[in-house]
Amino acid sequence: MPEEVTLTIDGKKITAKIGQSILEAAEENGVYIPHLCALQELHSTGACRVCMVRIDGRYSASCTQPVSDGLQVEVESDELLEIRKMIVEMLFAEGNHFCPCCEKSGNCELQALAYRLGIDSVRFPYQFPQREVDAEHPDVFIDHNRCILCGRCVEASRNADHKTALEFIGRGKNKRLAVTGIVDLDRADKAVSVCPVGAILLKRQAFQVPLGQRRFDHEPIGAEVESRNPEVRTP
Amino acid sequence: MTTAVKPRIATVSLAGCFGCHMSLLDIDERLLDLVEIVDFDRSPIDDIKTFTHRCAIGLVEGGCANDENVHVLEEFRENCDILVSIGECARTGGIPALRNSIPLAECLDEAYRSGPTVYNPTGTLPTDEELPLLLNRVVPCHEVVRIDYHVMGCPPSAETLWQVLTALLSNEKVQLPYELIKYD
Repeated sequence: MPEEVTLTIDGKKITAKIGQSILEAAEENGVYIPHLCALQELHSTGACRVCMVRIDGRYSASCTQPVSDGLQVEVESDELLEIRKMIVEMLFAEGNHFCPCCEKSGNCELQALAYRLGIDSVRFPYQFPQREVDAEHPDVFIDHNRCILCGRCVEASRNADHKTALEFIGRGKNKRLAVTGIVDLDRADKAVSVCPVGAILLKRQAFQVPLGQRRFDHEPIGAEVESRNPEVRTP
Repeated sequence: MTTAVKPRIATVSLAGCFGCHMSLLDIDERLLDLVEIVDFDRSPIDDIKTFTHRCAIGLVEGGCANDENVHVLEEFRENCDILVSIGECARTGGIPALRNSIPLAECLDEAYRSGPTVYNPTGTLPTDEELPLLLNRVVPCHEVVRIDYHVMGCPPSAETLWQVLTALLSNEKVQLPYELIKYD
């Protein structure tokens, strides 16, 4: 069996290694597919659905779909952009995301995606759910208001920290992150550092990076991926 | 000297902190350029309390926290050709909306009866009929009336407001550079 396959992304032929996801192959070729839950060093769960693409005409999360020979992948279309915008807007409407008073602001991947996708207002009514802030841990805050249930921390705790310190409980709109209590979360855990939003934060670190020097202050999210491909211009 | 009719601008702060208005003042000497090309109608900037003419642009800071906010916002929609929500409170509800996940009765109780610094031996809540009634939830402006443009930021920087205003006044598309797009 060959080690490499050829597929087409938005009409452009790329080569990818067998076993890679479409998202990984795209990134390696300088094509940024917006995503929130996928992270290179973690197992992808396809939780957030932001990385939705069309593969041979079918909608699929590109982070969980493996490459195969001859696939026709559509990433940039008005329809897919609209789907991504809608998903991100739903995340904003579903939780309590008060950017002006969030210490993750400027370093937040959800916020940066909204900037990149050009979201200036949310079409869905804000839900303003009643959620808790768990400040019990000596070094870590868990703010359920900002949690988007991407599962990165659960995945990292299980497979990178080998701890299972965090799990999901409940279903549907009652699903939320929970501390299992089996083992203690440590401030150095991967589970603490992978949160894309301000739901898991280290205490006593707030606002240390001044405005203008934060992760997404000057460059949109995905710019570093696109810099690998001179043909793609960052919006 | 010709007296061409200048487009009129109205501004208001609903459930906001006036920070967005401060940011508008922060365009500094460009204020002089601005008053050359526009007239201010109803606005805290000139202290006109009611609309005197139809306005080309209405700038709304803050969301709706009480019935008066809703009434004023509807009045702005009726009297302005282009209605722009300015800042995070207008766009999302913002800081005043932090109360939304707490029932209104509990908020009032905390503020007027049981809060740690409250002295209110009779336990009465403000009931004067002059006072606007609080809404159960603070809502962003676009959930009340149609909003034509949303300007992000807490507050939007002076540069952002200047670019939006000059684009709207010259009938150009509002296209902000990435670095001016901020939710904070």
